[in-house]
Amino acid sequence: MDFSGIIPAIPGMWNGMLMTLHLMVMGVVGGIIIGTILALMRLSSSKLMANIAGAYVNYFRSIPLLLVITWFYLAVPFVLRWITGQDTPIGAFTSCVVAFMMFEAAYFCEIVRAGVQSISRGQMGAAQALGMTYSQMMRLIILPQAFRKMTPLLLQQSIILFQDTSLVYTVGLVDFLNSARSSGDIIGRSNEFLVIAGLVYFTISFVASRLVKLMQKRLAV
Amino acid sequence: MNYNWDWGVFFKSTGIGSETYLDWYISGLGWTIAIAVAAWIIALLLGSVLGVMRTVPNRIVSSIATVYVEIFRNVPLLVQLFIWYFVVPDLLPEGMQEWYKQDLNPTTSAFLSVVVCLGLFTAARVCEQVRTGIEALPPGQESAARAMGFKLPQIYWNVLLPQAYRIIIPPLTSEFLNVFKNSSVASLIGLMELLAQTKQTAEFSANLFEAFTLATLIYFTLNMSLMLLMRLIEKKVAVPGLISVGGK
Repeated sequence: MDFSGIIPAIPGMWNGMLMTLHLMVMGVVGGIIIGTILALMRLSSSKLMANIAGAYVNYFRSIPLLLVITWFYLAVPFVLRWITGQDTPIGAFTSCVVAFMMFEAAYFCEIVRAGVQSISRGQMGAAQALGMTYSQMMRLIILPQAFRKMTPLLLQQSIILFQDTSLVYTVGLVDFLNSARSSGDIIGRSNEFLVIAGLVYFTISFVASRLVKLMQKRLAV
Repeated sequence: MNYNWDWGVFFKSTGIGSETYLDWYISGLGWTIAIAVAAWIIALLLGSVLGVMRTVPNRIVSSIATVYVEIFRNVPLLVQLFIWYFVVPDLLPEGMQEWYKQDLNPTTSAFLSVVVCLGLFTAARVCEQVRTGIEALPPGQESAARAMGFKLPQIYWNVLLPQAYRIIIPPLTSEFLNVFKNSSVASLIGLMELLAQTKQTAEFSANLFEAFTLATLIYFTLNMSLMLLMRLIEKKVAVPGLISVGGK
């Protein structure tokens, strides 16, 4: 093992890391937005809405993320052409971001649902007694409290997504893992670079989950 | 570039030998199940040992298990797979290296790597479930066993584990399902499991949507049937009076 080739490769791997973080942030933000909408649908009094959201969650939770990424990568160009009627090239990055958003939404939905259900019924009753509409009640009373409670879980799920972004390897997007692999391949030191990539992923995820645990302790009542 | 829908595509010949696309899916599903079951056996055995280690009243033993869990949980599965497939064989002693790289056929060596990788990866998760199960038992159980003169191995084997396993069946089920889903990473080291066969079908037949729809249906059905099976097992082995079954 010879780790001397690492230093010159750092700028390239840094760009890869930026790509990884970019994918993660987009996936988390989009996933939480879609997930919250799904959670509200699952909790709504309309059976139809609840069933649609339930089916969505079940569907995405029973198939592998890698399948979703591959499928979206191949299928999105076709779908876009059916919609817009012309060729709309979108590239691997966009299709991966869409895949992450839709896939993670199913997991975030379950977290948000549990968060909302953990808020005491009295809060809802009080909001209704004050004459608030459903959307005011959710926006001003229930969701802010629920999000506070579930922040650690949302962050934990984001760390999982941080690790899962490495699957974009399958569509050739140059994220951190892929940049490390190709920098290693060029100089014939792919083993060393894989080990380094593992160490970097480990350090970031480990420190991040420790911080989340600390936060959980502070937030606990 | 127009898309031609054709749901009959799976019964068509692939052009390679006399195989139909459906044959590809069946052999892919076979590999997926083989990987998942083999990895699950490793995960369950090793995970149980680690889970017990984490609860044992011995600092050194429990920190070994903790370190294991932290390492295997904080490195992405794909990185672990590449390390098992590319790096580890280079570290083996010379004789074994030759055996692994030359004597084994490529499918077997990929299969071995992915089973070891997925087994050790999942063991870290199983460990946490087993630990949770043991810690969820009332402390009186252990004290009572001690008072009756049981030794530590007997306490675990006869008193704690039989109860702990039965409590943790639901989280173990979802880990079991995860092994099936995670086995799809094997397609990235060239093993022709379900996802790889799906991709190949999509490329050969140009019937992309049909190919991926079938794969989705297979994963979905597999998931649902395993979940039902585990629910039956859970009902069968429930500890009377300890937990409610089926939410009733």
